[in-house]
Amino acid sequence: MLYREAGQFKISYATDQAIFPILQDRIGIIIILVIAFVGIPLIGNDFLTNAVMTPFLIFSLAAIGLNLLTGYTGLLSLGTGAFMGVGAYACYKLTTIFPNVNIIIWVIASGFFSAAVGVAFGLPSLRIKGFYLAIATLAAQFFLEWCFIRIPWLYNYNVSAAIEVPQRELFGIIVTGPRASAETRYLIVLTIVVIMTWMASNIVHGRIGRMWMAVRDMDIAAELMGIRLLPTKLLAFAVSSFYCGVAGALLVFLWYGGAESTVFSINESFTVLFMIIIGGLGSLLGSFLGAALIYILPIILRFVPPQLGLPLHAATVEHLTFMITGALIVFFLIAEPAGLGRLWQIGKQKLRVWPFPY
Amino acid sequence: MDILYKIFLDPFVQMVTAPDLLVQTLWEGMVGGVLYALIALGFVLIFKASGVFNFAQGIMVVFAALTLVGLYNAGISAFLALGLTVAVMFALAFAVERVVLRPLINQSDIILFMATFGLTYFLIGFGQFVFGGDPKVMITEQLYLPKGTVTYKALGGIISLQKLDIAAAIIASAMVAGLAVFFSKTRIGRALRAVADSHEAALSVGISLEQIWVIVWFAAGLVALVTGIMWGARSDVSFALDVIALKALPVLILGGLTSIPGAIVGGLIIGVGEKLWEFYWGPLIGGGTDSWFAFVLALVFLLFRPQGLFGERIIERV
Repeated sequence: MLYREAGQFKISYATDQAIFPILQDRIGIIIILVIAFVGIPLIGNDFLTNAVMTPFLIFSLAAIGLNLLTGYTGLLSLGTGAFMGVGAYACYKLTTIFPNVNIIIWVIASGFFSAAVGVAFGLPSLRIKGFYLAIATLAAQFFLEWCFIRIPWLYNYNVSAAIEVPQRELFGIIVTGPRASAETRYLIVLTIVVIMTWMASNIVHGRIGRMWMAVRDMDIAAELMGIRLLPTKLLAFAVSSFYCGVAGALLVFLWYGGAESTVFSINESFTVLFMIIIGGLGSLLGSFLGAALIYILPIILRFVPPQLGLPLHAATVEHLTFMITGALIVFFLIAEPAGLGRLWQIGKQKLRVWPFPY
Repeated sequence: MDILYKIFLDPFVQMVTAPDLLVQTLWEGMVGGVLYALIALGFVLIFKASGVFNFAQGIMVVFAALTLVGLYNAGISAFLALGLTVAVMFALAFAVERVVLRPLINQSDIILFMATFGLTYFLIGFGQFVFGGDPKVMITEQLYLPKGTVTYKALGGIISLQKLDIAAAIIASAMVAGLAVFFSKTRIGRALRAVADSHEAALSVGISLEQIWVIVWFAAGLVALVTGIMWGARSDVSFALDVIALKALPVLILGGLTSIPGAIVGGLIIGVGEKLWEFYWGPLIGGGTDSWFAFVLALVFLLFRPQGLFGERIIERV
């Protein structure tokens, strides 16, 4: 009853092609944005902004990046963690060499470094496909991780071999470093993620997105239709790595505050891959849902036993978290292999016709 | 000039002037390669029969070794514990087929791949929950595996070989030979190959896919158990094996995803290549290169031969 588009006529191509064609959707997205921009900072709970929302948004951004490559172009990559690392280290080098430039500019610029590295490692994608390509991207993962350890220039010859985020200000407000407030960092991350999601949505709905999807569905057929494979695939690698690089820079500069090479290990790549497969390949909404499930679920699981009064050992809880996460991954795959994004679509359809079955 | 000399001449001069070191490095590479090959073998078995890229193979190795040691520590005699572990691996194969594979039948490859990720997480949690997360010592003596080293005076130096490594090489070859006979001579083996060729055709001649999958996962579990014992005897049994399990992936690429001899040859190439590279060329660029050498080698190799050494030629039709 509430969710019905009766009376909403599409009278131009623009309205027909709109991303949110239904009024209720548009209202919904505005409500979500208002809650995110105004509501959550007003609650002012440091745990919520710093430990839950900020990393959730950053991982969503990385998931969108990988989804552009794997979900939309069909190129499986296991190098996400390393590409995030390239972003983080590039941002660190840039801001220590040019300390007076606005940090946000460097966060965005570091994405371009990541994109360049992504293109270099994406070159074999023309010749190899599927799992073979996934293993080839592992080469990027391990080689870059090795570079983060063995090239001291990258971390300014620190004794600790780690990068420390220096304090930077934006219009007089401290945004990075240990003295920045949780709300400031959250709002900056949120703004960047919202803008980049909007950009990603435009990319995938436009000509480039259609080219990517044609390549995903069958690359030989796409080639016969006049899509040049190499530029298309490399563009996917570039854009995807750009997103991952920005996510990596945000991860270190606005959340961790410092990082070693281990942060960008293979596990990071796998985590992001889980997010997009659970969320839904080829779905931007799915990137957010998947990130929420994989990142926020363990946090919740950690808090359930104390609430129920079960005196469980911390290590036991950790092990149970692993078990439950694994079981849930299998469960969701069986319940809906196309991911949470698809479940939401089905739910929406059900809501539209409710109370009738169809 | 100096750097060129160091890259192209110096290592070979070293090899010729100190042949004992070369042989020692080759041997260590071989032993490492056997481990990679065994893990890769588990992958290949499952991939051939069910088309599932089983990411959990590495964790199955740890899980099998943990179960064995855990049961022994619980007071069961070594060989009974071995038998019980085999039973556990069968139960695992059965459960995986029932709970994971059967509901996901006919889904795309990446979904099944993802499901084995879920399985990996579950096994990590389950193994630690039941047996504890701390590293354990493998029961080598109780299983009558030899200890100590054999040293030879040869080539103007001393070459020392671990007896355990020799045993590992022998057992691994025996297992591969056994699997080869099983695949080519027995009824079940032929059914397995039929399933690998084509699911539909195998079904139409009355082969039960479910049964075959259980058998194949069980075989992979047995391979995992042997690998776990061998690997656990060289270092402790812990979940740090993940990284070594990942090394099996370039081995697969090199050998081809569907070829059992490929897994063996690929494992040996990667193992030996990695050790030689790290020993003779690694110091030039800062050491620690064995973390990525295998992957870069596989990547370069793929550019020239996308289907691997022995893999079936990939033919695409529109």
